[in-house]
Amino acid sequence: MAVVETRGLRKRFGDTVAVDGIDLLTGEGEYLVLLGPSGCGKTTLLRLIAGLESPSEGDVLIGGRAVTSLPPRARRIAMVFQSYALYPHKSVSRNIAFPLAAAGVPKDEWRQRIHWAASLLGIEHLLDRKPRELSGGERQRVALARAMVREPEVFLLDEPLSNLDAKLRATARDELKQFQQRIGTTTVYVTHDQTEAMGLGERIAVLEHGRIQQIGSPREIYEDPANAFVATFVGAPPMNLLQRNGMLVGFRPEHFLPESAAGGRAGLQRLSFKVGRVEYLGSDRYVYGRVPEVDPEAKVVAKLPSTVPDVVPSGETVPFVVPLDALRFFDRDTGVRKPPPPGPIA
Amino acid sequence: MAATAVRPGRVWNRVGIYTGAFVFSVLCGFPFLWAVITTFKQDADLYNPNHNPFTFTRGATLSNITDLFETTPYLHFIVNSVVIGIIVVGITLLLSLPAAYALARLSGSWGRRLGIGIFMVYLVPPTLLFLPLSRLITVLGLQDSIWSLVVVYPGFTIPLSTWLLMGFFRSIPRDIEEQARVDGYSRLQAVIRTVLPLTLPGIFSVVVFSFTLTMQDFIYALSFVSSSSRMTISVGVPTYLIRGDVFYWQSLMASAVIVAIPVAFLYNAFLDRFIQGFAMGAVKG
Repeated sequence: MAVVETRGLRKRFGDTVAVDGIDLLTGEGEYLVLLGPSGCGKTTLLRLIAGLESPSEGDVLIGGRAVTSLPPRARRIAMVFQSYALYPHKSVSRNIAFPLAAAGVPKDEWRQRIHWAASLLGIEHLLDRKPRELSGGERQRVALARAMVREPEVFLLDEPLSNLDAKLRATARDELKQFQQRIGTTTVYVTHDQTEAMGLGERIAVLEHGRIQQIGSPREIYEDPANAFVATFVGAPPMNLLQRNGMLVGFRPEHFLPESAAGGRAGLQRLSFKVGRVEYLGSDRYVYGRVPEVDPEAKVVAKLPSTVPDVVPSGETVPFVVPLDALRFFDRDTGVRKPPPPGPIA
Repeated sequence: MAATAVRPGRVWNRVGIYTGAFVFSVLCGFPFLWAVITTFKQDADLYNPNHNPFTFTRGATLSNITDLFETTPYLHFIVNSVVIGIIVVGITLLLSLPAAYALARLSGSWGRRLGIGIFMVYLVPPTLLFLPLSRLITVLGLQDSIWSLVVVYPGFTIPLSTWLLMGFFRSIPRDIEEQARVDGYSRLQAVIRTVLPLTLPGIFSVVVFSFTLTMQDFIYALSFVSSSSRMTISVGVPTYLIRGDVFYWQSLMASAVIVAIPVAFLYNAFLDRFIQGFAMGAVKG
């Protein structure tokens, strides 16, 4: 087990900067998720850690050892690609044995190591098959078995769930988490899916434009976003942002409730909500509209649980409330988080 | 498949396919059949226009084949052709595999353009290169040696082979190679252990193409080699078996069939590997 560290890591491809000065330090045995939209540099960062790309500037350290100039094979890492990259001409057991052959493990040990990895992932019955005979979920497990068989110091996973269908993804996510807890290896996991990030990560690093926008626990990322980008990228639907006196005022859709449902608690900000469209989603209703008294331009969403009675007819203005401690303030131009200003917002 | 489950439309489809295949194979096999029959005919039988060319009016004879081996250096021709073919195939693979890999993987957008450039070289007609190449052979002092052909042929085989292999390398996902590098192999080892096995159909195509080209060439083999013991089949056979206006048809046919049949079997063996290889490539892990 080892920690992964990057110092001032930068990667340019021609004129574009894919990774722009990233300092990152994982904990021992930590599950760190790199989250960001496509093109934010998260996969490039992972490839820099793996050694598949060489950085324009900066250093990568694994277990305190500078590995920047070392090829991937000397970094004691294992990587699972989005495509799983199973060797199509080799059987499952030969796929799993491939890293053992490279590591110079004696042949009589292979059987035992292969069976250890395969049993941990429940794929012992597939060992004689070829990759083309496997389902998506089975391929993923073979890729994981191949990654762990060498007992690497660090796991690097590049969107390993994105090739699975939605139903399978939830169970695969659960298995992945259990798997990592069992073997306790430091893991860097790349995804663009915030549900995966929230569910798997001990900490999440949110990336955009090749920079880390915020790093913290899923709770910190969600409740205390460091800037407007994180606030709108994390959460579905995203945080509402309204312009007011050179600031952006933000609140989560689930905190925005009809006054009648709030039960007359103290510390509430009252806002008149002009209701547009209501979307019924079973457990929730999304109510789309505007708050003209604060920002007539901004679209606002309220997420009402089904326990809230139906009091929002389309086209009417309804009194809504949001708890004052749920309000977040950001600089209008830079998007950086600001302390709450004195006085009411409306 | 159970006969009852096949619908009439399907049956006619089958009949059509098999009829077509039968006609086509007869069309392809017919010249061989004729050549084989001719090989065993006596002169008096072959040159009498009243005799049916496909039956033996007089008895069959082996003397045309024994003549071929006894009165001409036919064995030398075979050995020369095979040696040249194998060496040229070796040189072609040795140069075009790394070139194609580099063009497909390493040189970005320039790779494609250079690849097309290399392909264009192949489009230059061999006869146009004849004069400069014969000068080159003189400078190298390789006149009247099979090595002159070993030097010249790769110039024709490498461009197309490189271009062909580029396509195969491109069709193999980069992930697989990178995975091997993460799994503990150097780039070269990763290519040898994961990329090359997946490129086998391409390598077989290059082997077949290059070997065929060396066997077919006439003009370079004719002009660069003059001693009979160094001739290839394509030049030696007509030199010895066409004297003035006398064609030794039976021996000519024998010489063609003796070479063609093993080559046909060899290609057939490759054909199985092609199909297997393509089926494997179609489902990328």
